[in-house]
Amino acid sequence: MTDIFDFLVGPFLEFGFMRRGFAACLALALGCGPVGVLLLLRRMSLMSDAMSHAILPGAAIGFFIAGLSPMAMSVGGFVVGLTVALAAGAVSRVTLLREDASFAGFYLMSLAAGVLIVSLRGGAVDLLHVLFGSVLAVDDQALVMASIITTLTLVVLAVIYRPLVVECFDPDFLRAVDGRGALYHHLFLVLVVLNLVGGFQALGTLMSVGLMILPAAAARFWAREVWSLAVVASLFALMSGYSGLLFSYYVSVPSGPAIILCAGMAYVVSIIGGRYGSLRTRYQLRRK
Amino acid sequence: MPSVIQLENVTYGYDRNSVVWRVSGSFAQGSMTAVVGPNGGGKSTLLKGIMGWLRAWNGRVVWQGLSLADVGYLPQRVEIDRSFPMTVLDAVLLGFWRQCGGWRSMTAAMKARARQALVEVGLPECENRLIGGLSSGQFQRVLFARLMVQDARVLLLDEPFSAIDAGTAEHLLCLARQWHVEGRTIIAVLHDFDQVRRFFPETLLLAREIIGWGATSEILIPPFLSQARVAADVWDQRSKAA
Repeated sequence: MTDIFDFLVGPFLEFGFMRRGFAACLALALGCGPVGVLLLLRRMSLMSDAMSHAILPGAAIGFFIAGLSPMAMSVGGFVVGLTVALAAGAVSRVTLLREDASFAGFYLMSLAAGVLIVSLRGGAVDLLHVLFGSVLAVDDQALVMASIITTLTLVVLAVIYRPLVVECFDPDFLRAVDGRGALYHHLFLVLVVLNLVGGFQALGTLMSVGLMILPAAAARFWAREVWSLAVVASLFALMSGYSGLLFSYYVSVPSGPAIILCAGMAYVVSIIGGRYGSLRTRYQLRRK
Repeated sequence: MPSVIQLENVTYGYDRNSVVWRVSGSFAQGSMTAVVGPNGGGKSTLLKGIMGWLRAWNGRVVWQGLSLADVGYLPQRVEIDRSFPMTVLDAVLLGFWRQCGGWRSMTAAMKARARQALVEVGLPECENRLIGGLSSGQFQRVLFARLMVQDARVLLLDEPFSAIDAGTAEHLLCLARQWHVEGRTIIAVLHDFDQVRRFFPETLLLAREIIGWGATSEILIPPFLSQARVAADVWDQRSKAA
């Protein structure tokens, strides 16, 4: 019994960086859950993946200027990520390109630019840190920033929750009764970029979107309303963070991929055995 | 009757192709008008233009004594995400947007009114079902219940009776007629001429340009209908050439 306790809790009691990592995962999970669910319902999953790549050059510029400074990299990531998101949206509105193609074009350029900038100043290890994150990179400053981002996310979502939900369900209705759909959409984009930036210290720029999308996709198999989907997604994200940190600690692998793989396992298990619309329930329905 | 919506020589288009060409006329207060015409004839575009969502290439639409809150719009069902995780009651309660906006809570009286609307559209005891589990006809009833609680003076309906069963269509058409009797202005894009003849006193026949606009019995006649088909073909050829 003690062995199991030591295995599951010991690293967090023993090491401050593990506690900070877990606290960061808790903060990220609370914000990423609802944001991920809304991304999924707005059919923006792949676009959010593109946006996560778009923060790389900004983080790289921050790294180029100030080294592995969480604040500099986060500010750079936020500014460039948001700029790329708005530019990709603008290109799709004023040209014949659809939004997905426009985002893909920008994200490929961003990825290439980011890798180039990091390799100009740092080595392969630095690049790995930026791309895949490290729980060691979560210092007090990064933790405070993740907490502020989560608080801001929850407050803004509470205020614009209903218009966002209506815009997913029936955009023309919102347009007819309110007319501020673009404002809500752009506020939501800001929240997405903020949460991506908040996550990249622990998860890396390539992986931070995983804590939004995978738990939200898994939650679709367990809950049926938007608010309950957000709660379940946050719980999945927190469980993935906890188990991923343990996995990363014991196997000595980067924390980002470890956490996202744990979220991926929750997703696969949900596909197979979830309560609604899973392979199991569809099989049972067919047998009736 | 005074007009509530005035169209003054409006032209709308996408890319370089005009879809609605120099349409002028007015919808009288309390009128019930069907907008009919061939596919691609600009019917839905005209409704979106009336809502102010498209920039007119030419001319203008004038709302007379109307605000956004006075106009209810029912989009085509393909533009609504029917897999969205939302209960029937929540979908109907959205009709109270004018009173509650984005964040004020719904009152018990609003919920009671929404439940009553569900009864009136023939969906009692469905309030806790998810919209994804409804048939097309049931879903359309939910949208009509939302319109009922919205209580708008002018209703713009884009293909409200397509792809639903005949019984549901008949029920919803009767509701629309009831709204007309109450003095609301109804403008609906329709395809079924039989429904138009039985329920809509006025018809606008549109094939990008106006072919006819007036009493239904005077518009839905073979000469106008064949003229609409010819006009649609001519416009299609022009679009391809452009």
